[in-house]
Amino acid sequence: MNDFLLVLVVITALGFDFTNGFHDTGNAMATSIATKALSPRVAVGLSGVLNLVGAFLSLSVAATIASGLVDTKLVTLTVVAAGLAGGIIWNLLTWLLGIPSSSSHALIGGVIGSTIAAAGGHAIQWHDLVEKVVIPAGLSPIIAALVAATGTWLLYRISRGLTDRARTHGFRIGQIGSASMVSLAHGTNDAQKTMGVITLALIVNGTVGAKASAPFWVILACGLAIALGTYLGGWRVIRTLGKGLVEIESPQGMAAESASAAVILLSSSFGYSLSTTHVATGSIIGTGLGKKGAEVRWSVAGRMATAWVFTLPSAAVVGAGAYALAHVIGGTAGVVVDLVILLAVAGLIYVRSRASKVDHNNVNDDWTGSVVPAEPEPAAAA
Amino acid sequence: MSWINLTALWKIVVLGLVAGAGLPAIFGLGLLALSKGGRTQTAGADSDVVVGGNPAGIVVAAFCFLVVLAAIGWGIYEVYQIGHPAPK
Repeated sequence: MNDFLLVLVVITALGFDFTNGFHDTGNAMATSIATKALSPRVAVGLSGVLNLVGAFLSLSVAATIASGLVDTKLVTLTVVAAGLAGGIIWNLLTWLLGIPSSSSHALIGGVIGSTIAAAGGHAIQWHDLVEKVVIPAGLSPIIAALVAATGTWLLYRISRGLTDRARTHGFRIGQIGSASMVSLAHGTNDAQKTMGVITLALIVNGTVGAKASAPFWVILACGLAIALGTYLGGWRVIRTLGKGLVEIESPQGMAAESASAAVILLSSSFGYSLSTTHVATGSIIGTGLGKKGAEVRWSVAGRMATAWVFTLPSAAVVGAGAYALAHVIGGTAGVVVDLVILLAVAGLIYVRSRASKVDHNNVNDDWTGSVVPAEPEPAAAA
Repeated sequence: MSWINLTALWKIVVLGLVAGAGLPAIFGLGLLALSKGGRTQTAGADSDVVVGGNPAGIVVAAFCFLVVLAAIGWGIYEVYQIGHPAPK
């Protein structure tokens, strides 16, 4: 029992949840912002609220995330803290680069890395890791792309009789509904993962019993952290998803969002804790494939896929390093040093991001090959 | 030991197509039905008016939109049920 350490771990976990929120705002809202179905401000606000609702909607993923992948008997609070540090650092780095990488993989990678450093490879349920995380990660973008391409093709075929403006207007309304469903699905999935980690920390510390489910305050705190993160909006990632991959019209936006929501909700009901990021990206590429004449920027997609491959191992390396450092220093002081370094790195990345700002004013500027718009325009265009 | 649960996989693909592509298609049919009538033509290609004013079209559209809303409501209910198993 070490309640001070526990408090540190809970705060770090909520910090991760916050980065999870703003890293993933784009999964639900990028296409709606790109087609102007919703103004950027309204989009992130709506998404934040629905993430909070989603956090309460389903609790099925909460327990599986950490306890299903590592041997909980070998995990300590230091391991959890180091794993979270690995996840947060990877999330912040990819956000700086505007790459929509998986927050779930960052978290899982970080915890796995610190667990291996602490207890060795036998503490990892390798088969479950491959079956429940790695293979679904490979398949889910393909399934999402198939569904979104089919939906896009159907929507353009059905709506041939409409005038362009009527079609744009109608499907923008539809997009508000479909984007809301993705936000809800995100809350039921991603908020759960942090709840699982905090619950794991509570179990490890002996605060709650081994079979306990997430206490109410944990659900509420996680829901609020992810909602706040979502509301602040990861504009860099939103821009890459909404403008970088495919030029999106409102029927495509609705098709992409519907495909994402359906695949995420179905998969999690089968017990796969998918990456919402992989699904959303697959869907957006699918809408490019399903519309005649649309262009998918495969170079952008390739850069993302590369980042996805590196997410698990990179977060694992950071998690392992953080554990090693905390272990060498020892005890609570080790974890404190880890967290101070984490804060310093986060601060550095934040300062770096200010130098090339992407926000709600320039998020929709034309794509010129990079996440930072070529010429930052004055705020007049809002 | 198996690496891929094929039963879950094909269910996700088929149900994903039905919900993820089928529902927006029904919404699209609703929009099309809603636009039937005289007004969109007279208003010209620039108009963003969706409602055409044909009563039968409006009824069909309302039906389509209801189907979509009902499916979403049912889906949310299912997620809630799975996420909150009744205590035994």
